[in-house]
Amino acid sequence: MAFLEIKNLSRSFGGLRAVENVSFNVEKGLIKAVIGPNGAGKTTLFNLVAGALEPHSGDVIFKGRSIYGLPTHRIAWRGISRTYQNIKLFNDMTVLENIMVGRHRKSRAGFLRAMVPLPGTRREERESAEKAAGFASLLGLSDVLDARAGGLDFGRQRAVEFARALASEPELLLLDEPAAGLNIHETLELADLIRKIRDMGITVLLIEHDMSLVMDISDEIAVLSYGVKIAEGPPKDIQKNPEVISVYLGDDNA
Amino acid sequence: MKISSHLPVALLGAIVVLFQVLMSATGTDYLLIQLTMSAYYALVVLGLCLLMGYAGQISMGHAAFFALGGYTAAVLSTNNLTQLFSAGVLEWLVQKGLIILSTDAYGAAAYRAPAWLSLGTAVLITVAVSFAIGIPVLRLKGHYLAMATLGFGTILYRIFLGTRIFGEADGISAVRPCEILPGLFVGGDPSQRVFNYYFAWILLIGALVLLLNLVRSRVGRALRAIHGSEEAAGAMGIDTARYKLNIFVISAVFAALGGYFMTHFNGGIGPSEAGIMKSVRYVAIVAVGGMANLWGCLLMGVVLNFLSLRGYFGSYDDAVFGALLIIIMALAPEGIFRKESISRIKELTRRLSWPFWK
Ligand SMILES: Nc1ncnc2c1ncn2[C@@H]1O[C@H](COP(=O)(O)OP(=O)(O)OP(=O)(O)O)[C@@H](O)[C@H]1O
Ligand SMILES: [Mg+2]
Repeated sequence: MAFLEIKNLSRSFGGLRAVENVSFNVEKGLIKAVIGPNGAGKTTLFNLVAGALEPHSGDVIFKGRSIYGLPTHRIAWRGISRTYQNIKLFNDMTVLENIMVGRHRKSRAGFLRAMVPLPGTRREERESAEKAAGFASLLGLSDVLDARAGGLDFGRQRAVEFARALASEPELLLLDEPAAGLNIHETLELADLIRKIRDMGITVLLIEHDMSLVMDISDEIAVLSYGVKIAEGPPKDIQKNPEVISVYLGDDNA
Repeated sequence: MKISSHLPVALLGAIVVLFQVLMSATGTDYLLIQLTMSAYYALVVLGLCLLMGYAGQISMGHAAFFALGGYTAAVLSTNNLTQLFSAGVLEWLVQKGLIILSTDAYGAAAYRAPAWLSLGTAVLITVAVSFAIGIPVLRLKGHYLAMATLGFGTILYRIFLGTRIFGEADGISAVRPCEILPGLFVGGDPSQRVFNYYFAWILLIGALVLLLNLVRSRVGRALRAIHGSEEAAGAMGIDTARYKLNIFVISAVFAALGGYFMTHFNGGIGPSEAGIMKSVRYVAIVAVGGMANLWGCLLMGVVLNFLSLRGYFGSYDDAVFGALLIIIMALAPEGIFRKESISRIKELTRRLSWPFWK
């Protein structure tokens, strides 16, 4: 039984078949990449796994149990966190607060305890802040903890989103184009970070257009084109796969 | 909690005491009556501020929740009980200690529920009703709550207006005082005036402290996160529908508590308290005070209601609040306690007044 099993997943928008009968597994502790030209259905696939889109057909099994069709927050509680291709931060909150929201699953205080904060609740609050600050420093955000998230530059916003996702201590992390908009130097740092995350025991499923990054860090790659999976395997096989080459040669992203 | 968060609350407490001392000393303590009533109305505003500012939802039925609390207090503490239950049931309830039997001013038997029971009933009914409205509606994205509560408010108003046990158009009067501690009553007796003032304000400040704690907590962050990006909030494990629902219920309970104690204080309640114009008034006050600004809402809740109760708005009372709502939406959608709003209003008054002092 694989850690995450994507089984015959299909999703269409009106007549457009965005994801068509896609199946693949993600093994625990590995970095798996999903690549493919623009509009191939990669983000749609993520949205289906994370519960952000209503499912049509197929199934998603996580740690042996189906999560397909569950509401987003329940999928999160099962141990899946994500980042977005178009950054979705809580703009009016500070960097620290954003990351603390990531600690939501790791803290307990409900409405009553929040209104009447006893010492236990205050301790939990302090711990949340400390842990969040720890994840912020991992992403190099220590100097902007109290800055408004919406006012940061693009690269830092990506970092906040990343820290927020990590702060929930997920077992599976979904990264949708984490290198988009980063410079070469930042991209290299990102590669190190993703490896570090894998070594912490977090399984990573990522969508990425930066081929050198993908080939560098992935243990396995699945290739989508027009919603269909056309290849799957380790990076060296994918690089040689004629079908993949032809898809990418007809596209600017090669 | 930091001292910085305690200080303004302590300051408010000091001002409340100062007012009482000054008014009692200068023989203007009749003003305490309106200040007491303003505090109860401000409680409604505070709850609505939480709902509008932190859950992003509008209730057009908060007057109805206020009236729900008020009418529960009224029905359970007047002889209306004899209309609700048969003599046998009443006797059984008296035996069980759930109903108190005494005599009214004319020596006839009078039945009423003890305060804890009627207060508990008011809260339970409000929780049940707000859950029933909120559960189906808050699953949907958008402003369906405003419409659902508008419908609810209209229906409840009609029920109060047209049902005998609720006194129809006259409402219910001769509501007994509610005993808080031996010898201390929420009611209109002049000898209890100072106690009532402090009781209402302790209730209001207590509510403020609870809500200030709430918005600073994990729950408050979750609520602001929902405001920022509902999708990302969900992806972080926040059950967005449940959070909105809880806020709605808390907010409704605050309104009902305001109505409950106000009815005992005034010794009665009428259907106009449930009317749509009252609900609009609460929304307008929140708009002026600033959504997500608990302090601003408390202040405006007290000040505007006080002015209204003192009759400063004359027969234009409802119109004033309607106009306020329009003006605020046009000029200062963030409420008046914001730098942007203040400078915008200053700029406008400068331009308007310019030709006069040139
Ligand atoms: N919510 C939606 N409604 C309608 N069509 C959609 C929606 N989401 C995606 N699509 C369409 O589905 C197809 C797949 O989109 P998707 O975003 O999954 O592609 P992608 O592989 O992530 O592309 P990119 O590399 O540009 O991010 C596209 O044709 C897109 O226009
Ligand atoms: Mg995409």
